[in-house]
Amino acid sequence: MCSLPVPREPLCRVAVTGGTHGNEMSGIYLARHWLQAPEDLQRPSFSATPVLANPAAAAACRRYVDRDLNRTFTSAFLTARASPDDPYEVTRAQELNQLLGPKASGQAFDFILDLHNTTANMGTCLIVDNAHNVFAMHLCHHLQLQHPELSCRVFLYQQQGEESYAVHSVAKNGIGLELGPQPQGVLRADLFSQMRALVAAALDFIELFNQGTDFPAFEAEAYRIAGTVDFPRAKDGDLAGTVHPQLQDRDFEPLQPGAPVFQMFSGEDVLYEGESTVSPVFINEAAYYEKGIAFIQTEKLTFSVPALPSLTPAPTPLP
Amino acid sequence: MTSHHVAEEPIKKVAIFGGTHGNELTGVFLVKHWLENGTEIQRTGLEVKPIITNPRAVKKCTRYIDCDLNRVFDLENLGKKISEDLPYEVRRAQEINLLFGPKNSEDSYDIIFDLHNTTSNMGCTLILEDSRNDFLIQMFHYIKTSLAPLPCYVYLIEHPSLKYATTRSIAKYPVGIEVGPQPHGVLRADILNQMRKMIKHALDFIHDFNEGKEFPPCAIEVYKIMEKVDYPRNESGEIAAIIHPNLQDQDWKPLHPGDPVFLTLDGKTIPLGGDCTVYPVFVNEAAYYEKKEAFAKTTKLTLNAKSIRSSSH
Repeated sequence: MCSLPVPREPLCRVAVTGGTHGNEMSGIYLARHWLQAPEDLQRPSFSATPVLANPAAAAACRRYVDRDLNRTFTSAFLTARASPDDPYEVTRAQELNQLLGPKASGQAFDFILDLHNTTANMGTCLIVDNAHNVFAMHLCHHLQLQHPELSCRVFLYQQQGEESYAVHSVAKNGIGLELGPQPQGVLRADLFSQMRALVAAALDFIELFNQGTDFPAFEAEAYRIAGTVDFPRAKDGDLAGTVHPQLQDRDFEPLQPGAPVFQMFSGEDVLYEGESTVSPVFINEAAYYEKGIAFIQTEKLTFSVPALPSLTPAPTPLP
Repeated sequence: MTSHHVAEEPIKKVAIFGGTHGNELTGVFLVKHWLENGTEIQRTGLEVKPIITNPRAVKKCTRYIDCDLNRVFDLENLGKKISEDLPYEVRRAQEINLLFGPKNSEDSYDIIFDLHNTTSNMGCTLILEDSRNDFLIQMFHYIKTSLAPLPCYVYLIEHPSLKYATTRSIAKYPVGIEVGPQPHGVLRADILNQMRKMIKHALDFIHDFNEGKEFPPCAIEVYKIMEKVDYPRNESGEIAAIIHPNLQDQDWKPLHPGDPVFLTLDGKTIPLGGDCTVYPVFVNEAAYYEKKEAFAKTTKLTLNAKSIRSSSH
């Protein structure tokens, strides 16, 4: 797991992407609003750029047109020769890579905040690649302190040896904001204003960092991905049951071996066969049925995050 | 005082429709399960046929392919000449009309239950199309009583212009079953269990009726549609305000003039106008954004049914 170096310069090229999935409405409406009225995104040392990441999917109110945009930012897709037959999202990923990247280059944007909704009961969830991303962990800590009324749990999603594939991996650093539960195609006022407040707090953090603020070491709690579990299925691949009422809506709560996880249409309960207690997340997310995921297993970790060194102030000129 | 019976023919043919909207999963999976194992829905003397009405939409897990199947069962669409140019759902409606209708004929199915989900917080809802149908009012009364204390609401869509030509309208007794809140494309166990119970009680009622049971006069509270309300929009037709947090999830609860209804993206509250209390339903239903309906206003009233008894006894 490589750790990102902490930034040594102010962050001035920051983007906020909404509509990476065209039916996740909080980010879509925020992006559209900011494209008309970008004042919310301005800070003294920088202005964040709003981007509607998947406009064709947003216009059709679908997750994607041809393939999931948020799985299309691997170097294989980004460096492939463009062709008119390419799936829409491959073309779009290459465009976004030119706009906000190129990925892994010195010209890439400093930070991307990617806005999502989930049908799972995950509250306000902050999505970070791994625990060694010191800058991102400090940003998340800042959001937690500024908004104690929101859950702000951190989900570490990157698996061992896996190449990054999400839109925010195009920039030098980034996180996802995942708010739920919200049905696809629905815009809830409560989640809309929570997302807006979290984006504001994230930009405030970047501004504080740019102004030379010190961020001391702290103890973090986060949920690290440990595997996924599919629905029970019939021979033809169709669902044979669904998430058990005792697991439904219990994202982040401990799930012990032997506890019911699925209820079959014929009435029987299926019990959890894992070897240890896990914290399940993305329980019954609509978009994950086709990915073969009923829930994601995580382990709850606590670990120390070292201090984020403040930017060295520019030397004062000699008299 | 002797109550006046309505003598009804016994019920012979019942259908259960799932997947009229391909991403409303409870009906899809109940029907698929019953097609494999129909024991639960069998009752002596009764034919109960489950069917997926929009298989192509179900396969793609989308509401519809070309147009909303649940809006094309009017006589004009049903009578159009068959051609490849017709929208998929119109062709499918004609097939369904042949199998379970024809609409308005003696041969049509007696009862069709059409299973739906909504993203709105409507709980268990029964949809009635005709306020003078004693048989269905009695059935709904039976279902509500059997489900209690779980609430079950009755939505009456009888209206000169707002009533629409539903898939189930080809039957003599059309019954809409709507359970929410459930996101489209998600299958919740609690919602599935509620819908399953509603069907069970409905079939038990039909069986008891056929066996000669007399159902005494009864009354039910219903919510009758008055008007649909769109989102405030800007000049380009984009939504400029969203359902206010005070109204979100408050389906069936009284909404008074002056109560908050919408919140603009700039944070301004838009209150309910007019001078009467209404009962909102389908508050923030995902599929209704394109139909320009943020919620529907209803008025509460009581419907009475005479006593009914099967005419074969």
